[in-house]
Amino acid sequence: MNALIGAYTQGCMLALFALGIYITFRIFNFPDITGEGSYVFGGAITAVLIVAGYNPILATLAGFTAGMASGFCTGLLHVKFGINSLISGILVMTALYSINLDTMGKSNVSMGDNATLLTYAERAVMGDPAVTPRTRENDFVDVLGWRPKKNDLIHLAAIFALVAALTAVTYWFFRTNMGTAMRATGDNDQMIRALGVNTGNMIIFGTALSNGFIGLSGSLFVQHSGFADVQMGMGMVVSGLASVIVGEALVGSRSLGLTLVGAIMGSVLYKLVVSLVLSMGMPPNDLKLVSAVFVFTALVLPGFITKWRRGRTASAPTPGAAPARA
Amino acid sequence: MKAIQNWQPMLKVRNARKTFNPHTPNEVRALQGVNLELGPGKFLIVLGGNGSGKSTTLNAVAGSFFVDDGSIHIDGKDVTRWREDQRASLIGRVFQNPFSGTAPNMSIAENVALAALRGQPRGFGFALNRTMREEIRARVRGLNMGLEDRLDNMIGSLSGGQRQALTLLMATWVKPKLLLLDEHTAALDPKTADKVIHLTEQVISQGKLTALMVTHSMQQAVNLGDRIIMMHKGNIVRDFQGAEKRRLRVEDLLDQFEDIRRMEQLDESASEMLQETYI
Ligand SMILES: Nc1ncnc2c1ncn2[C@@H]1O[C@H](COP(=O)(O)OP(=O)(O)OP(=O)(O)O)[C@@H](O)[C@H]1O
Ligand SMILES: [Mg+2]
Repeated sequence: MNALIGAYTQGCMLALFALGIYITFRIFNFPDITGEGSYVFGGAITAVLIVAGYNPILATLAGFTAGMASGFCTGLLHVKFGINSLISGILVMTALYSINLDTMGKSNVSMGDNATLLTYAERAVMGDPAVTPRTRENDFVDVLGWRPKKNDLIHLAAIFALVAALTAVTYWFFRTNMGTAMRATGDNDQMIRALGVNTGNMIIFGTALSNGFIGLSGSLFVQHSGFADVQMGMGMVVSGLASVIVGEALVGSRSLGLTLVGAIMGSVLYKLVVSLVLSMGMPPNDLKLVSAVFVFTALVLPGFITKWRRGRTASAPTPGAAPARA
Repeated sequence: MKAIQNWQPMLKVRNARKTFNPHTPNEVRALQGVNLELGPGKFLIVLGGNGSGKSTTLNAVAGSFFVDDGSIHIDGKDVTRWREDQRASLIGRVFQNPFSGTAPNMSIAENVALAALRGQPRGFGFALNRTMREEIRARVRGLNMGLEDRLDNMIGSLSGGQRQALTLLMATWVKPKLLLLDEHTAALDPKTADKVIHLTEQVISQGKLTALMVTHSMQQAVNLGDRIIMMHKGNIVRDFQGAEKRRLRVEDLLDQFEDIRRMEQLDESASEMLQETYI
């Protein structure tokens, strides 16, 4: 049962990543894979700062900023130097691999007993352990005969609250004048330029914001798992994309609010399914292969189905892969 | 040449040149020294064959690219080096393709709200506050297309004519110094095109707008506007204003095209193509 809470928590952290993916892939139509690196960068900065004794709130903010800086670079390469969006992301991601190693000084940093954002959450609920020592009694909660660890529940609640708050802020932002201009940049850049918006700046801001969320996702993951690893970003973009796709399948993509909530639900469901298939005995090594196949299927299937329905003559686009732009 | 002008031109294009793909086999000299002055409140019709440089002229004015040579002034400001989004503070545009002027996956209200801030900084206020919604509803109702009840529908669900009408509303929501219309009814069926043309006329005369309209319709050229220029191979080759413009009939315009054709000694097949295009 603790595995279930773990899966929920993982799902919530993945949701932040998915939020970032949603911004670039869906709002800007920009296939940005910087996330593989900015996720680690956000986590690495947080880990190093926490180990060095900095306040975890500060360390978390630093993780967010590190992500933003990464995305900023990707956007800049694309907009100012005219480099293809995918290549821009690959360049920054590759550069970040070295930067992450430099940041951590080695390939793996463990945070030991240093206080994290989650320790703060525990203290907020259960009091300072120096004052009210933890006993076996208050270590568990009783939920209808099910006894999950109190710590795990607090971690889940704290991370969920953070994700929910950030989603709400994102929703609000994309309905402001600035936010609608950003959405229009992805929807019809010619139109919004004719209305006086510097689309280049919008894209740079968008990739920065997206990777900020991704860096924050990495930061939370590190604080939850207790270590940062230079490899931890591997395959994350595919997982994030899978979450967004699952979310769209769950709630559709009609309104902005729904898709954002969908991304969260998709991430949680994705992690639940992953933990389920792992518990059913699938070798963990095959996980990324399965994820990739899943995303492939989700990208190709809708177009394939329409094609099949229309008969062999019609050639249908794949809506998931690259929404056609007018 | 007029010795003294008591008005400042709203648009002044001086010796504009533009060559696409220079020094390659695909080199196209799209503008070869275009000179144009347009007074405030004037409505200019731009005619010319395919590839004569009409769109390129409008795009050069709008800043879709920089001209290779020459200068562009709008309302006395030298905008030659302004980016497209900077010039947007002075220019409203409607494109030929109904898909170009609106964001398909955003609602009617959101699209119009975007246009309401044309050329202004965009902050963190709600794009669709109550007053904005009400104003949008009122002005969309003025289009007489029943769209005021569908403000939250995605633009993508509208017909081409509805989109062009909305784009026109959006382009003129903030009064532009210049309104650029590039064959904005060409993609519509004749009935819808008439409706949009009627709307265009109304918007331009009510707002006393300075406008450039590219069209292939001789009928529109004769009925609308107070000046006609004809373009050919990147140059302005005819210019009719005032009483002369008012006297012009469709046949006169066709004769003019015939003249241009003869001057260029085009072959018969090209002439047939012209006939097909213009009649
Ligand atoms: N972006 C571009 N790149 C390369 N060539 C271009 C570009 N835009 C226009 N041209 C070329 O410049 C020439 C003038 O084109 P333009 O679009 O101005 O013609 P037009 O008068 O608007 O014709 P039409 O009536 O067909 O719209 C054409 O030969 C066209 O192929
Ligand atoms: Mg044209």
